[in-house]
Amino acid sequence: MKTGRTIPQAKRILSNRLMWAACLGATTIAVLVLSALLITIAIEGTGALTWSFLTSFASRKPAQAGIIAPLMGSIWVCAICAIVAIPVGIGTAIYLEEYARRSRIKSLIQLNISNLSGVPSIVYGILALVAFVRFFGIRTADDAWTFGNAESIFYLQIPFGPSVIAGGLTLALVVLPIMIISSQEALRSVPQSLRQAALALGSTQWQVVWHVTLPAALPTIMTGAILSMSRAIGEAAPLLVIGGFLLVFQTPANLMSDFTVLPLQIYNWAGRPQSDFHKIAAAAIIVQLVVLLAFNTIAIIIRQKLQRPLQS
Amino acid sequence: MKAIPSPETNMEQPTTTSTSHSHSGSPTIGEPMTLRTDTAIEMQNLSAWYSKNQVLHAIDLDIAAKQVCAFIGPSGCGKSTLLRWLNRMNDTIPGARATGKIALHGVSLLDTALDVVDLRRRVGMVFQKPNPFPKSIFDNVAFGPRLHRIYSRTDLEELVEQSLRASALWDEVKDRLTSSALGLSGGQQQRLCIARAIAVGPELLLMDEPCSALDPRSTASIEELIRELRATYTIVIVTHNMQQASRVSDSTAFFYEGKLVETGPTDVLFTTPKERRTEDYVTGRFG
Repeated sequence: MKTGRTIPQAKRILSNRLMWAACLGATTIAVLVLSALLITIAIEGTGALTWSFLTSFASRKPAQAGIIAPLMGSIWVCAICAIVAIPVGIGTAIYLEEYARRSRIKSLIQLNISNLSGVPSIVYGILALVAFVRFFGIRTADDAWTFGNAESIFYLQIPFGPSVIAGGLTLALVVLPIMIISSQEALRSVPQSLRQAALALGSTQWQVVWHVTLPAALPTIMTGAILSMSRAIGEAAPLLVIGGFLLVFQTPANLMSDFTVLPLQIYNWAGRPQSDFHKIAAAAIIVQLVVLLAFNTIAIIIRQKLQRPLQS
Repeated sequence: MKAIPSPETNMEQPTTTSTSHSHSGSPTIGEPMTLRTDTAIEMQNLSAWYSKNQVLHAIDLDIAAKQVCAFIGPSGCGKSTLLRWLNRMNDTIPGARATGKIALHGVSLLDTALDVVDLRRRVGMVFQKPNPFPKSIFDNVAFGPRLHRIYSRTDLEELVEQSLRASALWDEVKDRLTSSALGLSGGQQQRLCIARAIAVGPELLLMDEPCSALDPRSTASIEELIRELRATYTIVIVTHNMQQASRVSDSTAFFYEGKLVETGPTDVLFTTPKERRTEDYVTGRFG
C-alpha cells in the first residue's frame, strides 16, 4: 500500500476558510445589489404611491397620472398566459417524460425546447405579430371572423389584432419552454419505484400519471410555474413588438380589448426627462413587485395545499 | 384484448361453492385435494433478451398453485428478469423481449394481444425496496381496488381492513390509517406493500427479494407472512438468502448464468441436489 504525502493540516483549514469567505462574498454582493435597487426604488416611489395613483389612467401631468390601465392589463395578460402556458407546458412534459419512447424525434423535440428557452423574447414577439395579431395575413382586421357580441366578455375576433388575448398568447410562447423544462425535471425526479408500484397494481399509463407521478411532481411543477409567471409579468419587449399600446385610457373589458402592461408603462415613464415621471415610474415598479409577489403567494399556497398529504 | 379467465372459470370444479375472495387454506369438503398441486404457471423454452444480451436461455419450469416457489442463484443469473416476465413488467424496459411460452392458468402471457393491465391486476408484485406511495396508509391499500372498480366507502374500508389483516399489519396501523405511509418502519412499509398487492385480489404474488432491505426482525415477520399467504396465493419469491429460501418455500429453482440448473421440492434440493453446481451454491461454496 502506498501511503501518499500528507496534506498539511494548516493548508486544509486555510483552503476551507477561503472558500467559505468566497461564497459568503458572492452572496453579499447579490444581496447588496438587490437591496440597493429596492431601497432606491422605495425612497423614490413611495411618495407617489397613492390610492388615486392606483385608480387613475395615464396623464400628461405626472401628479394626475395613474396605473389602473397597465395594472389591469398585466393581470389580464398574465392570467391568459397562465391559463395557456401551464396546462400546455405540463401536458408536453408528461408526454415527453411518461409516454414518448426513446427515439430520434423525441431527442430532436427535446433539443429544440432547450434551444427555444434561450431565444430572445423579442423573437417570439415577431412570431406572435405574424401568427396572432395578423393571422398570417389570411384575414385582415377589416373582415375578421367575429364570434360573439362586442359587449360580451367572450367577444372574439380572428385575427386577434394587438389585443389582450394576443398579448397573453405571446407571453405564453415566451414562457412555454421554461414551463416544459421545469415540469419535465419535476417528473423526472419522481422515483421510478413509485411508477413500477402503480404499474404492477394494474394501472394504465394514464392512471400512473394521474394518481402517482403528477401528485408527487406537482409541488416542483408549481415552482416552475412561479418562475415562468415571474418571467411573463416582467416581459416588455415582445408586447412592444405586437403593438401593446403605451397610452391606454380604459381597462380591458374582454379578450379583444386594447391593453398595456406595467413594464411598458414603466419604460415609458422612466424614459421621460421630467424627474416627477421618474418618481411615478418607481411607484409603478413597486406595484409590479407587489403583483409579482401576489402571483407567487398564490402559487406557494397551492403548493402547500398539495404538499400536505405527501409529507411523512 | 384478451382477458385472463380466473381459475374458478378456467378449471373444472363441479362441486365447488367457494367464491374468489373466500379462499381458505384447507380444502373444504367436496373440493378435490388435487387443487393444491395444480400447475399455476408453465414455462416452455423461455428465452429473454435485453437488447442483444440474452439473459435467459430456454427455461422449462412449472410452478404449482398455492405453493411458494423460490428462485435462487447468484446476481445476474436472470431470476429477477424471469419474475418480471410473469407480470410483463419488462414491457417498461426498452429492448426487453422474450420468446417461448409462459402460461398462467393456461393463458399465454407473451401474447402481444394480452391485456397487460388486466394481467397485472391478477398478478401482484412486491419489490426489493419497500415503495409505498406518498399517501396515507388507507389510500395505499385502496389504490389498486380504486383503479379497477368503484366501491362504496364501507366496502372499501372492509377491503382495506381485510388486506391489512392478511398482511399482519392491521393491529399496528388501525388507529392511524389516515397518516402517511412514509412514517412506517421499513418492515411495516413492506407489509403495507404486500397488503396493497393483496387488496386487488391477485392469483399470483411475485416477490423480488422482499426482505433484502430489511432488518432480521422485519425479515422474520415477512417470512411468517409468506408462509400464511401460501394458503391463499401462489407465490414466487426471488431471494439471495439461502436460509430464507429453505424456510419459506415448497419448491426451489436454481438459476445460473441465465439457465435453469435444477428445480425440485425445497427440502430435496437443499439436502440432496442432483447437480454439482447447485450443491456448491446452496452450501455457500460460491455465489
